[in-house]
Amino acid sequence: MEIVAIDQISPDAVILLQIGFITINATLAYTWLVMAILVVGSILITRHLSSERTLSRWQNIMEVIINAVMGEISEISREHVRRYFPFIGSLFLFIALSNMLTFIPGYVAPTSSLTTTAALAVAVFFAVPIYGIASQGVLEYLKEYFRPNFLFFPFHVMGEFSRTLALAVRLFGNLMSHEKVVGILLAVTPLFFPVVMQVLGLLIGLIQAYIFAILTMVYIASATQTHEEAHKKHN
Amino acid sequence: MESITLVAIASVVTAGLCMAIGSIGPALGQGRSIQSALSSIAQQPDERNSLTRTLFVGLAMIESIAIYCFVISMILVFANPFWTYVVKKAGG
Repeated sequence: MEIVAIDQISPDAVILLQIGFITINATLAYTWLVMAILVVGSILITRHLSSERTLSRWQNIMEVIINAVMGEISEISREHVRRYFPFIGSLFLFIALSNMLTFIPGYVAPTSSLTTTAALAVAVFFAVPIYGIASQGVLEYLKEYFRPNFLFFPFHVMGEFSRTLALAVRLFGNLMSHEKVVGILLAVTPLFFPVVMQVLGLLIGLIQAYIFAILTMVYIASATQTHEEAHKKHN
Repeated sequence: MESITLVAIASVVTAGLCMAIGSIGPALGQGRSIQSALSSIAQQPDERNSLTRTLFVGLAMIESIAIYCFVISMILVFANPFWTYVVKKAGG
């Protein structure tokens, strides 16, 4: 079953339902599906948490994921792991799940549409100054833009925008290119190679989710850390 | 030659060239970064975790250049704004 035709580069163009001026396209529907799986799954798992010696399987896998994410965060920022965990963890889980589900026929990853990835990148764009201001105050945060001297102000601002664009286009380009490559291979060598490419796609999807989360964490750490280092030196 | 043919030729040739030239640089860069990461891991196996993380982040940065080229050639082939403009003009 093919939902996105080969000549459409985004699932936005696939309109499933239209009521008046409200259009439900494939991106929206699959985003809701991923959100529903994540929310219902977490509620079901956390309802029966136990600290006994025997854990349920689902609690075990959840603890593994959470420990891994927290470990990665703590390697970058060293402290305040719990402050960054909700944002980074939900970004990682959402992107990873929406990329992993592509092995289901008929599913199109919502991350292969530029609108979804742009929304995620805009969330990062606003989260970085919010975390930066929360950790070092408005003045100290704004001073960062004028370092080493005021001539660098436009470059800092440009850097903020270009890295947001890069985050969005990187995720979109990887997922979209994967879909197109599988589609083209289906036409050329129908049986074997598309399956291999799908397996490779699962790996690429997981790596892209990891990279998105890590890059977000690196940006947040660079906005919050300078002051802490100066503070330590001062003490 | 009609302008519609010219636009088609320009789009297809540019899409191919964009992909071909645009993937040379990132390929060389990724090769170099993986090479130096491997030799660093061979020298200091204890630092493997942080080296791998930095390697992945750097690879993603380098790869995004190739991805930009790919997105542009995809736009040229599948969603070409000039092509639709010319077709609309020709159609009346």
